[in-house]
Amino acid sequence: MPIKKTQVREIAWLARLAIEDEAMAGYAKDMADILALVEQMQAVDTSAVEPLAHPLEIAAQLRPDSVNEENRREDFQQTAPQTRDGFYIVPRFVE
Amino acid sequence: MKWESVIGLELHVQLATRSKIFSGAANRFGESPNTLACAVDLGLPGVLPVANEEVIRMAVMFGLAVDASIAGQSVFARKNYFYPDLPKGYQISQYELPIVSAGRVQIQVDGTTREIGITRAHLEEDAGKSVHEGFTGSTGIDLNRAGAPLIEIVSEPDLRSAGEAVALMKKIHALVRYLEISDGNMQEGSFRCDANVSIRPAGESGLGTRTETKNINSFRFVEQAINYEIDRQIGLVEAGQEVIQETRLFDPDRNETRPMRGKEEANDYRYFPDPDLPPVVIDNDYIESVRRQLPELPEQKQQRFMETYGLSEYDSSYLVANRETADYYEAAVVAAPEQPKLVANTVMGVLSASLNRENLDIKDSKVSADKVGNLVIRIADGTISNKIGKQVFESLWEGGGDVDDIIEKQGLKQVTDSSEIGRLVDEVIAGNEAQVQQYRNAAPEKRGKMIGYFVGQVMKKSKGKANPKQVNLLLAEKLEK
Repeated sequence: MPIKKTQVREIAWLARLAIEDEAMAGYAKDMADILALVEQMQAVDTSAVEPLAHPLEIAAQLRPDSVNEENRREDFQQTAPQTRDGFYIVPRFVE
Repeated sequence: MKWESVIGLELHVQLATRSKIFSGAANRFGESPNTLACAVDLGLPGVLPVANEEVIRMAVMFGLAVDASIAGQSVFARKNYFYPDLPKGYQISQYELPIVSAGRVQIQVDGTTREIGITRAHLEEDAGKSVHEGFTGSTGIDLNRAGAPLIEIVSEPDLRSAGEAVALMKKIHALVRYLEISDGNMQEGSFRCDANVSIRPAGESGLGTRTETKNINSFRFVEQAINYEIDRQIGLVEAGQEVIQETRLFDPDRNETRPMRGKEEANDYRYFPDPDLPPVVIDNDYIESVRRQLPELPEQKQQRFMETYGLSEYDSSYLVANRETADYYEAAVVAAPEQPKLVANTVMGVLSASLNRENLDIKDSKVSADKVGNLVIRIADGTISNKIGKQVFESLWEGGGDVDDIIEKQGLKQVTDSSEIGRLVDEVIAGNEAQVQQYRNAAPEKRGKMIGYFVGQVMKKSKGKANPKQVNLLLAEKLEK
């Protein structure tokens, strides 16, 4: 299935990736190849196979409900570009 | 044309755990920003989420309470989108295999009972909070709420009016509080509602285009938002226009819904199973162990109240509407075991009026349940009249103290001494010659109404303490002479 440039742009936008115009054709071809591989796999009859939720066939180990983290705001906020009054500061957005 | 509305709700309920759903940070409201956000909540590289067992227990408990099926294997999935209060760029949620599916609850509206389907309930983490106020040209992000556990409960589009939607919301609200899995605090955002609304010509079975109104945080607003949406959609269709499928926000100040800006592009969340989290496996033994922890649910409690205390359907449904009221009622009945009906009247009457007046929760009542019981005993044994009972209640409410002390100190004991009442009756007869004359000249069938005037006078003279029955009898006797 051929992939259009607009589809590449759309998918890149969903992942917030900036893609140069000249790279578009290459990505379109890569994606088309991946889909071709998927199509090939879909030819296999899997009606008798249980869906696999996780590659390791294990069950989740659960955690007891207790608080074992302390306040490390100061450490964490050292890498933030901007903070104020304990908040992380980002450019204004209003929905 | 006659229209029918089709409504489904999505309720986001914050679970009352100590720690977050995937981290050991505290799950609390109202702390200083970002002091409860650990490396997992911040989505820092290299961290690994681990699911909280209490969150699983609470979800299973909810599922059992709505008669749903519990998934033997349920899977966490990543819901991918970018937003400043979602540091990882995805929310851990559930998609294909939610923990709870295919349940049902009953709602009562205008005396009719209807069964509403619960499509599913899935677990997910909450996002952080964006604060715009107090920041110019920028936005503050508080991630204390990031990773707080939520259960999202999705109903079937079985609701046909705003009233039914509110009934369902109240039902679920009461249920999660009975189960003690959430505090249900709407001001703090622990219980939020999205409403999906569409319309169709009455009698048709297809579905019209729906809109989703998001984040409505009170029962009243849900009713207003849905009614606004129904009217808006009917207006559009009758004017030959089309309803557009979109997400809207309710503005309570203007009592209207508006499309959300900046969300024009169709959402494409690209869900996939979260590789960090293996499936949660739940076996039957576990389900049965949770079932044994289920408390008495509102419908069972109501049935018991009707059978044990002889209460009406109305009284019992009022008292079980929330667990605190039901507990208070039963504690008061312990103090006055012979008078369950009178206790119910007092709780639903003077107590609830006082709570409403001061906007208090029943758990913060200024009069304790055992005092309500003591008060009821004194009304029942004739020590005080019903009317004086209200006065004693007000004294308890304002100044605390003991029922018998208040009756004693304020001299409120009902006067049952017939010579004392007789004296008051004589005074009233002597002081109202004209009215007495009128009474005696009136036809006997008219006298019944006229005697009320004299009763009122006697009661006034006794400051409400005379036994009204005795007053009536004595008056009738003396006026005949």
